Amino acid sequence: MKNLIEVQNIKKNYGKKEAVKGISFNVEEDEILGLLGPNGSGKTTTIGMLLGLLKPTSGQIFINNLKLEENRIQILEMINFISPYIELPKKLTVKQNLYVYSKLYKVQNIKERIEYLSEKLRIGELLNSITGELSSGQKNRVSLAKALVNEPKVLLLDEPTASLDPEVGDFVRTFLEEYKKEKKISILLASHNMNEVTRLCKSVLMMKNGEIIDQGKPEDLIAKHGRTNLEEVFLKLSRSKSEFN
Amino acid sequence: MSLTRIYGLFLRHFYLITRSFPRILDLVYWPSIQITLWGFISNFFATHTTYYNNAVGVILTCAILYDFLFRTSIGFNMLFLEEIWSRNFTNLFIAPMRIGEILTSLVITALIRSLIGLVPAILLTSPLFGISILDLGIFLFVLFLSLYIFGITLGILVSSGLLRFGPSFENIAWSTMFLLAPFGCIYYPIETLPEIFQKIAYALPLVYIFEEARNILINQTVNIKSVYYALMWNAFYFSLSIAMFYYSFNAAKNKGTLINMGE
Repeated sequence: MKNLIEVQNIKKNYGKKEAVKGISFNVEEDEILGLLGPNGSGKTTTIGMLLGLLKPTSGQIFINNLKLEENRIQILEMINFISPYIELPKKLTVKQNLYVYSKLYKVQNIKERIEYLSEKLRIGELLNSITGELSSGQKNRVSLAKALVNEPKVLLLDEPTASLDPEVGDFVRTFLEEYKKEKKISILLASHNMNEVTRLCKSVLMMKNGEIIDQGKPEDLIAKHGRTNLEEVFLKLSRSKSEFN
Repeated sequence: MSLTRIYGLFLRHFYLITRSFPRILDLVYWPSIQITLWGFISNFFATHTTYYNNAVGVILTCAILYDFLFRTSIGFNMLFLEEIWSRNFTNLFIAPMRIGEILTSLVITALIRSLIGLVPAILLTSPLFGISILDLGIFLFVLFLSLYIFGITLGILVSSGLLRFGPSFENIAWSTMFLLAPFGCIYYPIETLPEIFQKIAYALPLVYIFEEARNILINQTVNIKSVYYALMWNAFYFSLSIAMFYYSFNAAKNKGTLINMGE
């Protein structure tokens, strides 16, 4: 399998503080990699560097074999991002927002693309609604539509189902599974929902204090640490690092 | 009434102010700027009571020109601030847009916004006050162009500050024009300013624009040299603002401001 994301020994320092301490990992085509870790472990910083929003202090990032530092625009055309902490302009209708972002990503068949996403994400009835007036679950699906408007090869998800009710959360997870299978995309998923990670991810990285402290398939990590589920592994790892080094 | 709760809410704002240099600066310079500007205006009218006798529309014309400059600058900043307020900032900067594309788009939108405000103002002055800004003739276009470029330049500089320092720079965005107003010699000739302020004023395009507008309206002559100086200073500051924006963008990528646009 081809690696769509290759991260080579990236570090990020804010002054004297080391937010990310030289981590390396790959994400293959048609793979969902889970990025786990307690708050402040460096997950968001890592995603920020992959999006080109943060400049690594050292190290290199390749997306689809292109070096991010030298091919920022070309790479941004093939990736996208969703996070509950960023929103689409509230005063615009859903359709206007999707149209604007289709233009920014130079989507060719905008009408067809919006229709396709509306059907897949069940937002057809919301297209003429004001984005700011939608419920959390509706906003989440609209943000997902925006994130898929450019048919990304790489999708970065930062807690994509946070604050969603179980039904909508399940809908989003099922959609992501099917979409990944259909389009063979790579997904990097940062989440605190261990059931979600266990269900979606082929393998996971555990981060703490800017370092990767363990990695592997969820079932292998559970067995390795003698626990019954990933949440227990997470708690064990995040509470004590030295024990596992 | 609970003093504890009142104190708690006071603290919420006090902490915010004391943690942000731009907010403190904003509190300090507003009153100083207002007093300075109106002091110069008062001084001028006290000593030159007959200056505007032959051209009653000069003040109004200058007010319209200044308003155009103000709206262009604020309009540009507003477009940038809208992205921060709507929490859309990150979406914008992860879209495959070049900095040049973002700036060009904002420059065009800011012009349209300014014109929407300007045209009714121009149309109103004639029936209400019997004054037409069109009396400035063909040079009106050049003066507007100069003001537009300078307004955009200020907008880009403030947006650079927003990129670099985050939303705490917002207050500066609102007050840039007032900071420069005393040096712009909008309502009075440059001679009204103290010598040291005159030196600062001569290094800004504003003084050449407003002096020339008054010159055309009062003396019915055109000083091409002023128009040239205004455009030259504009070219300098505009280039500087573009360089500053790129610098701030890179600084923001180092500092992490692009993913942490909050308070």
